[in-house]
Amino acid sequence: MNLFYHFGSYFVLMAKVFKRPEKASIYMRQIIVEMDNLGLKSIGIVAIISVFMGAVVTIQTVFNIDNPFMPVYAVGYTTRQSIILEFSPTIISLVLAGKVGSRISSEIGTMRVTEQVDALEIMGINSAGYLILPKVVASMIINPVLIIISMLLGILGGWFAAVFGGILPEAHYIIGILLEFSFYDITYALIKTIVFAFLIATISGYFGYNTKGGALEVGQSSTKAVVFSSIFIILFNLILTQILLA
Amino acid sequence: MISVKNLYKSFEGNSVLKNVSVTFEKGKTNLVIGQSGSGKTVLMKCLVGLVEADKGQILYDDLDFANLSFSERKVIRKNLGMLFQGGALFDSLNVEENIIFPLDMFTNMTKDEKIERANFCLKRVNLENVNKLFPAELSGGMKKRVAIARAIANNPEYLFCDEPNSGLDPKTAIVIDNLISEITKEYNMTTIINTHDMNSVMEIGDKVAFIHLGELWWEGDRNAILETDNKELNNFIYASELMRKLKKES
Ligand SMILES: Nc1ncnc2c1ncn2[C@@H]1O[C@H](COP(=O)(O)OP(=O)(O)O)[C@@H](O)[C@H]1O
Ligand SMILES: [Mg+2]
Repeated sequence: MNLFYHFGSYFVLMAKVFKRPEKASIYMRQIIVEMDNLGLKSIGIVAIISVFMGAVVTIQTVFNIDNPFMPVYAVGYTTRQSIILEFSPTIISLVLAGKVGSRISSEIGTMRVTEQVDALEIMGINSAGYLILPKVVASMIINPVLIIISMLLGILGGWFAAVFGGILPEAHYIIGILLEFSFYDITYALIKTIVFAFLIATISGYFGYNTKGGALEVGQSSTKAVVFSSIFIILFNLILTQILLA
Repeated sequence: MISVKNLYKSFEGNSVLKNVSVTFEKGKTNLVIGQSGSGKTVLMKCLVGLVEADKGQILYDDLDFANLSFSERKVIRKNLGMLFQGGALFDSLNVEENIIFPLDMFTNMTKDEKIERANFCLKRVNLENVNKLFPAELSGGMKKRVAIARAIANNPEYLFCDEPNSGLDPKTAIVIDNLISEITKEYNMTTIINTHDMNSVMEIGDKVAFIHLGELWWEGDRNAILETDNKELNNFIYASELMRKLKKES
């Protein structure tokens, strides 16, 4: 019952969010602001996680498929595929669900409980559109950029592990990284990323926008935003993988 | 002028407004008074369309706001300013940007014109050199003033104020009350003020409507209010020791 209620009101809200904007120039300006807030300010955490993740994947692969019959390219190839197909798009999106999702939800939730949302409505502004749409668009533009950065840094992290950890000859790693490179894998990863970005921004926007009460409820909304964004990322990851790779 | 006719509103069976009919006049400060929880905010939110009334009419001059569509309401919305209880300034914008915001959305003024207008409004509420400060850096009274400046930026015909002096010291409260009253007369606006403060009633109550348990209980002006024999209203007025003492002396 509760779940159906949320589904229903989520779609009602989305209908409001995707109405034609009152003044396009102002929305454009907001999109730029949000790309900075949601995207550029997340580069640090994305970079750190990606480098370490790449290194760990490489080390794990080396130790788990340590076998003289394995071809030289195996480790590099496996590392690259894991990073491009899953680690970067899915894990980094989950991290962003935490970082960006809680930010979106608490920002809008605070505006709701301090009547700033009402102030927008009074002025005749479609508050749902003005507050949520720029965040959705900005995330769908900037998250793919973050994921590409993450892929590059992940692979670089693997290289660090190989070279400085001395567990694998550099040349073998590079042969593997370059082997049978398919652009479709990147496309697949980016499609997933864009869908996840949409989920994070809209679900967090939904919980923020429907906050009632005070500071405590703002916190609860942002917890819900993170939990539900994460669940739906995992769910859509399965669905999209079935559709795109089957 | 705004006329409310037979307005009803309930939330999940809890009926908050019951058959409220009241008129708010142009060029006057119309006060809505009543205890906390009596339904003042809900009434105001119905008037401005933040809450949909269940039944009844809300006439802005001749237009029935309650029964207009979203786009038809825009005409009225552009003529409407509201001062929220907590100010509701946009946290992420500085003072100047807050005031310019409605102008950005709905006018084609140039940047210089907008800044000029912002400065004019700030000056009108006796604030200067605060343009670049953020709401978090302002005192309670300053926030209220900036909120008033934002509410009048677009030259509204109708001004709504929900508890404009709650959380302020008595002196600042009177300053804010008088400011609203002056602006009302100056621009001939229809101003509606929710309050539970008898000081405000005596200072600026051109017209006073007393709401009790969601019903209109009494209507009149600040002179009539002290003479009333309405029991509920008297309970409200003389709730404080100060007012009781004043009554004895007079
Ligand atoms: N959105 C809402 N949902 C349910 N009940 C509400 C809502 N808004 C107000 N109420 C109820 O309406 C009554 C009047 O509230 P309000 O108009 O805020 O009083 P006040 O006169 O103090 O401004 C209160 O009992 C309040 O609980
Ligand atoms: Mg109230």
